[in-house]
Amino acid sequence: MEGFNIGGKSLKSRLLVGTGKFASYDLMKQAIEGCGTQVVTMALRRVNLDHKEDNILEYIPKDTILLPNTSGARNAEEAIRIARLSRAMGCGDWVKIEVISDQKYLLPDNEETVKATEVLAKEGFIVLPYMNPDLMIAKRLESVGAAAVMPLGSPIGTNKGLQTKEMIRILIEEIKVPIIVDAGIGKPSQAAEAMEMGAEAVLVNTAIATAQNPVKMAKAFELAVRAGRLAFNGVTAPQAKVARASSPLTGFLHEGEA
Amino acid sequence: MSFYDTYLEYENFDTEGFLKEVKEPDVLGIIKKNKLNHHDFLALLSPAAANCLEEMAQRAQELSLQHFGKTVLLYTPLYLSNYCVNRCAYCSYNIDHDIKRKKLTYDEIEKEAQIIAETGLKHILLLTGESRIETPVSYLVEAVKIMKKYFDSIAIEIDPLEKEDYQRLIEAGVDGLTIYQEVYDEEVYKQVHLAGPKRNYHFRLDAPERACEANIHNVNIGALLGLNKWQHEAFMTGMHANYLQNKYNDVELSISLPRIRPHVGGFRDVYPVTDQDLVQVLLAFRIYLPYVAITMSTRERGSLRDHLIPLGVTKMSAGVTTEVGGHSDSDKGDSQFEISDTRSVEEMRKAILNKGYQPIFKNWMAI
Repeated sequence: MEGFNIGGKSLKSRLLVGTGKFASYDLMKQAIEGCGTQVVTMALRRVNLDHKEDNILEYIPKDTILLPNTSGARNAEEAIRIARLSRAMGCGDWVKIEVISDQKYLLPDNEETVKATEVLAKEGFIVLPYMNPDLMIAKRLESVGAAAVMPLGSPIGTNKGLQTKEMIRILIEEIKVPIIVDAGIGKPSQAAEAMEMGAEAVLVNTAIATAQNPVKMAKAFELAVRAGRLAFNGVTAPQAKVARASSPLTGFLHEGEA
Repeated sequence: MSFYDTYLEYENFDTEGFLKEVKEPDVLGIIKKNKLNHHDFLALLSPAAANCLEEMAQRAQELSLQHFGKTVLLYTPLYLSNYCVNRCAYCSYNIDHDIKRKKLTYDEIEKEAQIIAETGLKHILLLTGESRIETPVSYLVEAVKIMKKYFDSIAIEIDPLEKEDYQRLIEAGVDGLTIYQEVYDEEVYKQVHLAGPKRNYHFRLDAPERACEANIHNVNIGALLGLNKWQHEAFMTGMHANYLQNKYNDVELSISLPRIRPHVGGFRDVYPVTDQDLVQVLLAFRIYLPYVAITMSTRERGSLRDHLIPLGVTKMSAGVTTEVGGHSDSDKGDSQFEISDTRSVEEMRKAILNKGYQPIFKNWMAI
């Protein structure tokens, strides 16, 4: 499958994986390795360098790109501080901006996300902002240097799929940097749907981590993402509202014909 | 406007009459709802709901997986002092009790911190009895400065403070507040808090809100189950959490379900709370407030705590001693109450893994 580009890096896998909520780090590692993902996101606030068994970095394959996220940040200032700390801890230049000030629905704060993205992009970070799909905000994120834009399909952890489908479709049409659908994807079929629409990639966590068999589910997502991308490239056949054969309004013209 | 206004709305509500009217089909219908109202929540505490515990458990597990996954955060309390100026009928620290009093020096605090840190824990809860003279905010600020060398997350469980004092502690490095109302019923509150500043019901009730206004990161509340009818106390606790969450969106809320434990003193006027009651309360909290963390302390025995993990518990204490200086085994002060689950951090880590859950040592860091 053809690759895509984020921040100058060419990626083959279009499935990004999140690391929260797994029953163990061993299981998480197996899921990551099994699905061939090249980008793995983890909450920097959870990175525990002092404790080998609790240190998530020990379980992420070395050839994977780390995408530390700013989970826990309630405003731009906190997100910026976490990103800088992440770089100082040796977690690289990639960062997923998560600014969430609503602990109930965990919806992102778009305004603060733009502010953090602007500052960090100027500092040379590869910034992937998680956002509520909104065209004007996505354009601003793009203009201030986001390497990709990550709209939510539905709220984090809900597994409700592409509830924001129409907004994501507009972002895919209008935004030049990659659109990566993040949050809410609950089933491989929903990931495939996002890919069929033309998303460059998807990020999945809860649906894999809390599946009965996370390793199998990660593999299923990999296949679904590939299938969806193939379908996008193959350009799906157009839909018709009525069967072509029937002509309920003009059929009378043919009455009496053999 | 404070939570007291909400409390007043329900002060004369016929809770028992309402609970009697709830039928099992009502409960099964409520479980399926996306958003529960106050009465739905109360219905989950009814006798009819007690007959639907398995259905409630299935729903609670589903919601816990969605919001928290298969993870349990580990922390431990560190008792700094058992000096107290209050006369609480149910507490060993009661000023009238002849227990061995002790306050840790800064050197002793550091020694305790070093020993706890060796277990790998990164979250610590600092506790004191309530004495502004023995443990003023300045003492706590110094203790927090020492803790910062060893721990990523520092919470406090101390006497209620003014907003400015919470701000001082937050600036020093505190990110969490635990404060139990003990009992929400105002009359019962007066009966069990015989003397001392803790008798001020309102100052305690509004303490979590003052901490929220001071921009604290997380708040843990609860009622001491056993001081009053558990249905009433669980209902008010849930309502309080809901009030705080709606008003302070960015604060992470937790609820604890402490049951009264053996202690020094003669208070025996306890309303029984069985294991089944405790499970019902836990499930009702999870279904009503799927996004709040739920803490289960070592007051409960190990086997029960293990069974509660898949039902929605997200935080557990481990390696606990409630004695002042209890970790470093030096000259200890007497404990606040007897714990039940005496497992070490390593034993708890293994127990959580055995349940198919991931023990988390670090979930937060001061930024």
